[in-house]
Amino acid sequence: MKILVPVKRVIDYNVKVRVKADGTGVDLANVKMSMNPFDEIAVEEAMRLKEAGKATEVIAVSCGVTACQETLRTAMAIGADRSILVETDVELQPLAVAKLLAAVARKEAPQMIILGKQAIDDDANQTGQMLAALLGWSQATFASKVVIGEGKATVTREVDGGLETIEISLPAIVTTDLRLNEPRYATLPNIMKAKKKPLEVVKPADLGVDVAPRLATVSVTEPPKRSAGIKVADIAALVDKLKNEAKVIA
Amino acid sequence: MSLLVIAEHDNASLKTATLNAVTAATKIGGDVHILVAGSGCGAVAEQAAQVAGVAKVRVADAAHYADQTAENLAALIVANASGYSHIIAPATSNGKNTLPRVAALLDVAQISEIISVVDADTFVRPIYAGNALATVKSSDATKVITVRTTGFDAAANSGGTAAVEALAAAADLGQSKLLGRELTKSARPELGAAKIIVSGGRGMGSGENYHKVLEPLADKLGAAMGASRAAVDAGFVPNDYQVGQTGKIVAPQLYIAIGISGAIQHLAGMKDSKVIVAINKDADAPIFQVADYGLVADLFTAVPELVAAL
Ligand SMILES: Cc1cc2nc3c(=O)[nH]c(=O)nc-3n(C[C@H](O)[C@H](O)[C@H](O)COP(=O)(O)OP(=O)(O)OC[C@H]3O[C@@H](n4cnc5c(N)ncnc54)[C@H](O)[C@@H]3O)c2cc1C
Ligand SMILES: Nc1ncnc2c1ncn2[C@@H]1O[C@H](COP(=O)(O)O)[C@@H](O)[C@H]1O
Repeated sequence: MKILVPVKRVIDYNVKVRVKADGTGVDLANVKMSMNPFDEIAVEEAMRLKEAGKATEVIAVSCGVTACQETLRTAMAIGADRSILVETDVELQPLAVAKLLAAVARKEAPQMIILGKQAIDDDANQTGQMLAALLGWSQATFASKVVIGEGKATVTREVDGGLETIEISLPAIVTTDLRLNEPRYATLPNIMKAKKKPLEVVKPADLGVDVAPRLATVSVTEPPKRSAGIKVADIAALVDKLKNEAKVIA
Repeated sequence: MSLLVIAEHDNASLKTATLNAVTAATKIGGDVHILVAGSGCGAVAEQAAQVAGVAKVRVADAAHYADQTAENLAALIVANASGYSHIIAPATSNGKNTLPRVAALLDVAQISEIISVVDADTFVRPIYAGNALATVKSSDATKVITVRTTGFDAAANSGGTAAVEALAAAADLGQSKLLGRELTKSARPELGAAKIIVSGGRGMGSGENYHKVLEPLADKLGAAMGASRAAVDAGFVPNDYQVGQTGKIVAPQLYIAIGISGAIQHLAGMKDSKVIVAINKDADAPIFQVADYGLVADLFTAVPELVAAL
């Protein structure tokens, strides 16, 4: 079976995010960009399924600006066979991405699409579920274990109270949680090989998708700062503060 | 204008997270209805009817809603969506699983984890692990929203006298089925509802240490127990202990971070706590930048001392 893996180019998770002074967004100029960490886990999972003989081809897809090609090359360096860039300068919101991915899925007919559970920039946690709805497929979000069976998959999910295991019919959407696997590093030879792998570029209009945003950003502001506290000398001082100053314990 | 709040429950009792979502709905304004979809969930419907400010409770009781699978739940919500200006769920794992599916079926955006309501179309939500707050305005006919529970007080769970109405179940799509659950059993308060949280990180060294050192403290304080991702990844505690950007978002009266360095992804989950205490042997650990009271010490001596002093 074919597996599609949508990968998003986001600000690197180690970068300290700064809100722009004019309140229109965060400063992305000269900031390190990387593949969304959950998407690395998704690519890794697809590779493991391929290596286990469950998948035949892994296709990475990214939607966004030209520079997303770098993210796709990274996915191919991890091992994806080929990739597709849906190129646009328009700000893409999860519903628009889901529609683009649905159009790609209708063409490619994969049996499984593995996405990250959440992009660490918009923290939306929506695209996989939306894509499942648009395709009318089953979904297993927040996966920490995926086992492929005949026409179905068994997925362990991280939920509020612990873990739950569900069985879903294929084709299906899976979204990754942090503990699904530990992504491998791309080796230099594989990075070189990735440069030669096919990367197809299409436009939203080619897919017949309207990507106009539905939400307007009115402003982006800094959250209220916590005023720096104090260091206490010892436990006695700490207990005194908690009882008599903060009054949070009796 | 009517708003539909999706109840979070386990077929026996209504979860508090629903009450936070009701408050968000009340702030938007209009008739607040609660949808209870479950199996043998009559008691939940009765509890929902008593929530202050709720006008109507609609109950779909069928075997295929017992496990809250997203496919069936979303189809039910969409079938009953007409007439509602807003469809709202708490940002629990169920809410996050189901509402984007509802939004896509309605061809509208979903607005994730709002922390405040500006007006009926405009909401504030954290982005970039809470390092920025975005105010967003929706132009969609139906607003589909998940609510960060720490952003809204719980509505009173008594005093309401809502009418309870039965809803026809939608067809069972049969796309997914629950095989089993491995839920963490604990006599302690839930992380989301606790007034005090004792949280441990990689500095605990092992699961054994985590329990041996932190449990006496949590017992003394009647606290819930949390953890950093590193502690969960290392297998000290189960996944549902994780606090942070991709774990649970908490805002207790008192959060005690022990052997946690304070990575932004962890801070994202706890920096709205009223009082933060950090115990860490590294004076430069970033956790001290958000802690009201910091103690630079070895946790293995400091925590037992703290237990003894309480
Ligand atoms: C996409 C993504 C999502 C993430 N989501 C989350 C999330 O939701 N929640 C989360 O917590 N993290 C998350 N992380 C991980 C995060 O970046 C950090 O790696 C993690 O929080 C570190 O955990 P820690 O503080 O326990 O460990 P460390 O950073 O290793 O810190 C351990 C601390 O313990 C102290 N210590 C050690 N021994 C002692 C002792 N004897 N006495 C006192 N102090 C001691 C050390 O000084 C150190 O400060 C995420 C990361 C990514 C990439
Ligand atoms: N622009 C994009 N291109 C490709 N995949 C995306 C894009 N946006 C989101 N995704 C996928 O959807 C997941 C969830 O993103 P989100 O719903 O924005 O939190 C990500 O982890 C990616 O797998």
